[in-house]
Amino acid sequence: MAKAKTNTEDYLRMYAQMVRIRTFEDNANQLYLSAKMPGLTHMYSGEEAVAVGICEALTDDDRITSTHRGHGHCVAKGAEFKQMFCELLGKEEGYCRGKGGSMHIADQSHGNLGANAIVGGSMGIATGSALRAKLQGSDDVTVCFFGDGATAQGLWYEVMNMAALWQLPVIYACENNGYSEYTRTEEIAAGSITARAEAFGIEAHQVDGQDVLAVNGLTRKLVERARKGEGPFFIELMTYRYHGHHVGDINREYYRSKDEEKDWKENRDPIVRFRSWLVAEGIATEEEIEAMNAKIETDASEAVAYAEAAPYPDMSEVDMHVYAD
Amino acid sequence: MREITLSQAVNEAIAEEMRRDGTVFLMGEDVAEAGTPFKVLSGLVEEFGTERVIDTPISEPGFVGMAVGAAMTGARPIVDLMFGDFIYLVMDQLCNQAAKQHYMSGGKLTVPMVLRTNMGATRRSAAQHSQSLQALVAHIPGLKVAMPSSAYEAKGLMKTAIRDNNPVVIFEDKLMYQDKAPVPEEEYLIPFGEAHIKREGSDITLIATSSMVQVAEKAAEMLASEGISAEVIDPRTIVPLDEATLLDSVRKTSRAIVIDEGHQSYGVTAEIASRLNEKAFYHLDAPVLRMGAMDVPVPFSPALEDTTVPTPEGVTDNARRLCAGEMIDAA
Repeated sequence: MAKAKTNTEDYLRMYAQMVRIRTFEDNANQLYLSAKMPGLTHMYSGEEAVAVGICEALTDDDRITSTHRGHGHCVAKGAEFKQMFCELLGKEEGYCRGKGGSMHIADQSHGNLGANAIVGGSMGIATGSALRAKLQGSDDVTVCFFGDGATAQGLWYEVMNMAALWQLPVIYACENNGYSEYTRTEEIAAGSITARAEAFGIEAHQVDGQDVLAVNGLTRKLVERARKGEGPFFIELMTYRYHGHHVGDINREYYRSKDEEKDWKENRDPIVRFRSWLVAEGIATEEEIEAMNAKIETDASEAVAYAEAAPYPDMSEVDMHVYAD
Repeated sequence: MREITLSQAVNEAIAEEMRRDGTVFLMGEDVAEAGTPFKVLSGLVEEFGTERVIDTPISEPGFVGMAVGAAMTGARPIVDLMFGDFIYLVMDQLCNQAAKQHYMSGGKLTVPMVLRTNMGATRRSAAQHSQSLQALVAHIPGLKVAMPSSAYEAKGLMKTAIRDNNPVVIFEDKLMYQDKAPVPEEEYLIPFGEAHIKREGSDITLIATSSMVQVAEKAAEMLASEGISAEVIDPRTIVPLDEATLLDSVRKTSRAIVIDEGHQSYGVTAEIASRLNEKAFYHLDAPVLRMGAMDVPVPFSPALEDTTVPTPEGVTDNARRLCAGEMIDAA
């Protein structure tokens, strides 16, 4: 594994954040399967090293834009379980007062500009946030998360052009999980994805998205350079989603095999890999890791119970927040 | 009072707000040295520099999306959409992104941006540079929509729009840029949601937007010479809509024609007429009439184009017949 210059505390926090995402998703999936959650949700499980590796390289002043598969970004950017589960269940104490739900979940106070349910829809927002930083002389950086499917949206090419022309502090982070909804990426993407960014003169990198240290190490360097005005940058993170496109996408053998899923889960899981590394490096013992996992499990169960018992928004909220004062 | 053109009024409003608030900036196609094809923004880049008056590539979804992001993070962008017809290109950024961020975030995110664009046919620009698409955006909760009817309104509404904490779309009639009107030297703002009674009358109410206010005023003159007293009201913003002023007028006159340059079907005129019918039905002596642009793509030939929009003669004729108790086939 690639090594990043961080201390023990950083390593353990990265591990905990990845486990928190996986645990959050496992609970969310249970809520769906037990018909306690309204609507559908798109699971981030399998991609944890991407969100955590990147967000751990950012400060609270740095912004992100997230996607329909956004729980991972939300946790990684500093959100709490309670308000997240409340949002998932449409409760008043949710981050968006129950008005956003899974596809718009965000803890805005930590610089998350929202999960966006239009594929590629946040590319303008992220680039505009970076333009604002440049105009106002602020050194914050914006990371725009999107999937491989979103590289087919024309908006990306428009904003990359402007970001490159004006050297904006934005990092385009493409989570390439191999599937554009129910279609293999090779079937929808011609040529090379990194070459598309390079065509605009944007420095592009491809990284193993299952290796949290590799992701974090690269992102730290790029964030520092973006702060100095050397942006924009593009990163293609090679990763995998364990679930279907959404939780209801159960029978998916028509587009990918169970063997392929098994291979990624058993041989390339980002949490298992990082856990082994932590133990091998003597940063944590198996017991300490088990205790950490157990604590996170408990936190999640308590947050789920809290959210289940929490009140729905009052009916009077339905036409509140259409316009700001 | 001094008179300035609508174009100068818009320019002054933007310049004043940019001087007042360092977070206000402008972006769009050819907004800097060119000052837009209509020269509305001439001189701004000289005062504020290319950092705050930004020429963009021809990428409408891209730069409107960027304005949304800049607005969400502490700036107050004014985006210039060269022709109102291009609004179709930016519908996702405007209607899915800008309009919904505040609501979807439970009130935590705001999008204080202005999209200034234009409308208006009879400039011989054919079907893709002549449309009046205010109904499209007025339909979307979360957007405010202003339609200035003269230089005075253009300045006051623009300043209010820039200070508003919501996405505001302003439609300027591109045929009115050189029209002059009295505009005070001293600062003023026009609040949103306050209609202006341009002319008082007692027999019929003419509710008109943007350049249709001039059409209605001319019609009211003609009607006066026939002994019919028409009241002319300019809503100034269609979202929010000053329903109370419109209803008070219609309860008084008992008749109304609603005139707007958007297509008549499913349009602004239909919405206003419907509200009057629902809320002032028992005060009405005649059906509320809609007068919008014909439901055809705007034709190029002057011989055809001029027949597609409401005219003072058409309004006068309809008003006369309504007052005489005739039923009119509204098409």
